[in-house]
Amino acid sequence: MAGLYVIIAGAGKVGWNLARELLEKGHEVTVLEQDRRRYLTVEQELEHAVQYGDATELWVLERAGIQRADLVVAVTGDDEDNLLICQVAKEKYLCERIIARVNNPRNLEHFKLLGIQPAVSATDLILRLIEHEVPRYGLVHLLDLPEERLEIIELVVSEHAPAAGLPVAEMTLPDGALVISVLRNGSGFVPTAETVVEAGDEVLVVLDPGLEEDITAQFVGDDADERA
Amino acid sequence: MFVLVIGAGRVGSSVATSALQAGHTVSVLDEDPLSHERLDVELGRGWEEAGGRFTIGTALEMDALVEAGIEQAQVFIASTNGDNTNLVVSQIAQRRFEVPRVIARVLDPRRAAWYREQGLQTICPTQIAIEQLERAALTGSV
Repeated sequence: MAGLYVIIAGAGKVGWNLARELLEKGHEVTVLEQDRRRYLTVEQELEHAVQYGDATELWVLERAGIQRADLVVAVTGDDEDNLLICQVAKEKYLCERIIARVNNPRNLEHFKLLGIQPAVSATDLILRLIEHEVPRYGLVHLLDLPEERLEIIELVVSEHAPAAGLPVAEMTLPDGALVISVLRNGSGFVPTAETVVEAGDEVLVVLDPGLEEDITAQFVGDDADERA
Repeated sequence: MFVLVIGAGRVGSSVATSALQAGHTVSVLDEDPLSHERLDVELGRGWEEAGGRFTIGTALEMDALVEAGIEQAQVFIASTNGDNTNLVVSQIAQRRFEVPRVIARVLDPRRAAWYREQGLQTICPTQIAIEQLERAALTGSV
């Protein structure tokens, strides 16, 4: 990755550490912090790479050189601020890459509504990790590419699932879903139409977003309710 | 008309009160129960008694917006004391709930102007004060 110019709004733990990492990798960084005391603390280490000011104000963004920024990352503790900073970066200053932090996962839908993507929620990420450790509904999201409308999920096939014991070709999977890998006894293989999927297998399914329920119904069935 | 006012500070409560007195249906959403008292005082009698609605909640909570009646609102006024909250919640009203008339109070003149260009009706008290002060200072009349 060639040297980027990155503006980070918010010098909290996330912003500060992100700035450190990016600077170490040779990128140019400006951090914006509106709290004077926090700014003075961070400035001792980051020096000219941090500026004092409210990043929701246009002149503060302009002073930081938003016109030439390759990436704007908004990681303040305030979701409205993060949303608006990314909105003006994208729509007013035509910055191509933005990343927004979502503090309250319930606000995620606001970010989506206003086209602010990607919006990263630490709570969601941790929930997803917990899901991976304890698959509550037997379903784990391995990859989500909402813009490309593509997802890959992992499921453990239940004993009473409709698809258990069936060859792939005979499963009633919705259009837009494909079994791409089966893991059995610790090793994985790519199934053919004749491959019989057994209870206890882990299957990887690539699918269009929105088909999770249909897929879960086929591979997990009613067990999902019992586990929940 | 059904008027929904978000944030009943000095501005919001005055607008809500006059709208109610003019015979409109008025619903107010504010996170601070104290703002309810301001409405009672401005009106000179009980807010609900006079037909007003009041919901306690924060502007970005979908549930609170729905409870306050955003789905029926014909006029939406964002007048909390935070520009950022007003800008976000009024865009939600506009794009998600398709309220026909959405007005946001924005103190920052530059952002008020830019969002107006983007199709959001903004009122900027700072800009109005600047213009009046300039006129008063330079011509002696307001």
